[in-house]
Amino acid sequence: MNEMVKMVVVLTILSCVSGGSLAFLRQNTAQQIEYQQLKFVKGPAIMSILKGISNNPIEDRFKIKDGDIERSFYVGVVDGQAKYVAFESSGGGFGGPVGLMIGVDLTNDKILGVGVTTHSETPGVGARAKTDPDFVAQFSGLPFKGQFKVTADGGQIDALSGATVTSRGVCAGVTAAIKVYERLKDQIKEKAQAFK
Amino acid sequence: MAKSIAHEFTKGLWEEIPPFRLVLGLCPTLAVTKTVENGIGMGVATTFVLVFSNILVSALRKLIPSKVRIACFIIIIATFVTVVELLMQAYAYKLFMKLGIFIPLIVVNCIVLGRAEAFASKNGIVASTADGLGIGIGFTLSLSALGTVREILGSGSLTIWGDLAFHNILGASFQPFSFMVQAPGAFICLGLMLCLMNLVGSK
Repeated sequence: MNEMVKMVVVLTILSCVSGGSLAFLRQNTAQQIEYQQLKFVKGPAIMSILKGISNNPIEDRFKIKDGDIERSFYVGVVDGQAKYVAFESSGGGFGGPVGLMIGVDLTNDKILGVGVTTHSETPGVGARAKTDPDFVAQFSGLPFKGQFKVTADGGQIDALSGATVTSRGVCAGVTAAIKVYERLKDQIKEKAQAFK
Repeated sequence: MAKSIAHEFTKGLWEEIPPFRLVLGLCPTLAVTKTVENGIGMGVATTFVLVFSNILVSALRKLIPSKVRIACFIIIIATFVTVVELLMQAYAYKLFMKLGIFIPLIVVNCIVLGRAEAFASKNGIVASTADGLGIGIGFTLSLSALGTVREILGSGSLTIWGDLAFHNILGASFQPFSFMVQAPGAFICLGLMLCLMNLVGSK
């Protein structure tokens, strides 16, 4: 009996100490880990969209509460003025959600660029949304409003051949981003001005 | 006593060098040694876990009831593995992306549990530290050696750390055998090195 109590006590104490110290470490590294993930996972997409900027958009970011979720916005500074902002969106593709990074020019509300970040589309078919620069380049320079659709649905974007579902997903993601932007536009512009 | 501590340390470097002599911990050995950098990273991570789990197991060896000792060892090991995982994510994210799943899998690396059970639970803290450090360094050296051979033959380059890399070391006309960076290449390489070590050791 005595031995059994000892076993339970030792295991419990050990687990508690372990859990406690890991929670402490996690809390202390959380910010650094978030930064690293931004830098290596989302960073390349952000940097390819926000061209000609003089700051580091991964450091110059802010968050806005949108209903229940918090959205991150990455600011691009040109000539000492916060001119661009990039943020994430997603649309339903063929194999799951297609994650997008969308850059907007704050001065004229036009799309600066769209990049696919994460996806689980078919390699060689839907995955071309990420690898074929011509597809996402269609969005660049278009006004960031209204609704985006593929040409087969009466829209303005030529779908990737054989990957209409993925192309629709990307269009839906951009359209969703437009709604977010319209909803939060004033807050975005106000907060972006803080970065120079 | 001092002599025996030196012995505990050096035995991990040749006599009981983990993947070759003990033939333990083969999963990370075969999986991550595509490049030298990965081998070193994995070796250092494992050494960290080995040393600290050995210290803690040795310090608590009189408190841990023998019937639940394996469970206790696993808690200690898993804690340090998670520490490594968090630190690597925070400060060496590129390496973390390459090693990925093999970092949490250090928990089930038999070298770590093997040392805790076979050595640290029966010996003092200093000896256990020396043992962990020796075995860890031996493991790191083995992985780096395997990584060197596989990287030179498999991709024709040698990446020491990050950007410190040599390309085309066998000349530009060298056609890398992609076979060497795949799993069978790892097996054959390991087998040949084991064979070579036995040849040298048996003389």
